Amino acid sequence: MNKMEKALHELGEMDDLAARSSPIHDMSATAKLLTTIAYIVTVVSFDKYDLSGLIPLVLWPVLLFQLGGIPVRTCFYKLRIVLPLVMAVGLFNPIFDRAPLLFLGSVAVSGGVVSMLTLMLKGVLCLMASFLLMATTPIDCLCASLRTLRVPKTLVTLLLLTYRYVGVMTEELAIMTDAYHLRAPGQKGIHVSAWGSFLGQLLLRSMDRAQELYASMLLRGYHEHFHYAPVKPFTAKDAAYLAVCLGVFALLRFVPVAALLGGALVR
Amino acid sequence: MHMADALLAPAVAATMYVASGTVAGISIHQLKKDDEPQKLPTMAVTAALVFAGQMINYTIPGTGSSGHMCGGMLLSALLGPQAGFLSMIVILAIQCLFFADGGLMALGANIWNMAFYGCFVGYYLIWRPIVRSHWFGEGKAALRGRIIAASIIGCIVTLQFGAFSVVLETSLSGITELPFGAFVALMQPIHLAIGLVEGLITAAVLTFVFESRPELLRDVEAEAGALPAKRSLKAVIAILAVLALVVGGGLSLLASSNPDGLEWALFGNAEEGYAENMGLDEDDFGLSSKAADTAGSIQESTSFLPDYAFADNDTPVGTTVSGIVGSAMVAGVALLICLAGGFFRKKKHS
Repeated sequence: MNKMEKALHELGEMDDLAARSSPIHDMSATAKLLTTIAYIVTVVSFDKYDLSGLIPLVLWPVLLFQLGGIPVRTCFYKLRIVLPLVMAVGLFNPIFDRAPLLFLGSVAVSGGVVSMLTLMLKGVLCLMASFLLMATTPIDCLCASLRTLRVPKTLVTLLLLTYRYVGVMTEELAIMTDAYHLRAPGQKGIHVSAWGSFLGQLLLRSMDRAQELYASMLLRGYHEHFHYAPVKPFTAKDAAYLAVCLGVFALLRFVPVAALLGGALVR
Repeated sequence: MHMADALLAPAVAATMYVASGTVAGISIHQLKKDDEPQKLPTMAVTAALVFAGQMINYTIPGTGSSGHMCGGMLLSALLGPQAGFLSMIVILAIQCLFFADGGLMALGANIWNMAFYGCFVGYYLIWRPIVRSHWFGEGKAALRGRIIAASIIGCIVTLQFGAFSVVLETSLSGITELPFGAFVALMQPIHLAIGLVEGLITAAVLTFVFESRPELLRDVEAEAGALPAKRSLKAVIAILAVLALVVGGGLSLLASSNPDGLEWALFGNAEEGYAENMGLDEDDFGLSSKAADTAGSIQESTSFLPDYAFADNDTPVGTTVSGIVGSAMVAGVALLICLAGGFFRKKKHS
């Protein structure tokens, strides 16, 4: 399976997950989008040394994974993209921030180590939040929700159209790449002599195809207005979900819940 | 260069959203003014192609590695800066939402770092002036040369701007202890090499389009009509030089006004005696410095396991132990939720 086929597989997998049914899937896309943004803002707003304050926020994605019946494995597979960059930045912290921040018995733990762990946890939690949004919300519903949030029509229509054509183009390029490698066995990538023509040919065909596409859209009654998925009304249930989530995030942000829980147990 | 959410502070992310949103708004307004409804499907198909095309590995001759195409320059050369910018936004959004490549909160910053520089700086300051200039003389071969030059210079310059912005945004967010200067020194040369490779690949694709269908390229038609260049190459170089000075000047000011992380960690600060502490005497560099006091206060307020002692809960030690125990309890609750979820699902299926 080449890189493009893997990407297609990932796209298909996300579509399948989003098409399932669960209490989270049935929620309004607007409520889910707003809670996801609020969650991410809460996570990243924690101080770089506040690892213990951040930990209770793990509960929200865990709860959503369970309620939505989403496999965690699929999400962790996506960490391969996020974690290297976060780690590349975070790994310098233990080197440059050596001031002892705490002691594990007689072993001093530097601020750099704590801030590195905090950064990594933030990276994982933010990824989980975005992943859960897309794994429980079909793209059509998300686009419809973006329109209700007054995101410009041009941008939303472009997002929806591009998403549809990403699959077509990726499949086309996957076939082309396979065909190229079958004719050039043992070669790792595209040879310099074909750098221009390989993508260029498809580009030219695609630009023409775009004009045909526009003609077909006009024939089907397109008049600068795109019909999105039927918008799920923002019900009292969605409002309650949003309010509870925002309240819990605020609570976890400003009250050291982990410390208080632990304190109650230690006493 | 895709930034993750964890690398940005909310204030920086919001600022970048506002900046990118403003440019997007202007671009949409411009597109509406141009009144070309047929452009939307072209933008979508081209954006989808660029998205897929960025997954192709191009073998770099003489090395074992491969490179990718630069989307911003390619899209602005084909669609124009405004349409290219909007297409790049959509590509970045899909990469972020479906492939976890870049964060949702960091999307504004990623749009700025990759789409804004690639499309607007790349087009207005590099592509258009170079393609319309009289560089390499007249005729088709000269025009081909200018397209290649614009692609390579465009990719290098826009990637340098993008990489510098990544450093600036991360540093302003207070995420990394890596000194600003060292971070810049790490990022810029890497992206210089990446920019060169991406420039060559983009040049190859655009040259192919030029050979087959020159009318698809922006400003090439203008060249065919022998329109005078709006801005001379000298003016372009002058603008780029001024930009470089501004960026370089800002960089040195920032670098010199803030003691870097290594100085902070080892020697406190300049007032505490930089030279005296070079011997790394533990007592000197640690306890009496302002930085150590700051670290101490941070430790008191946010410490995580300073000792194993189960002290009074009001002390920092007690608080820390409580934090660990509380975290363990959270983990326990998480485990319970997982087990309960699994149990109910099994029950539902059976």
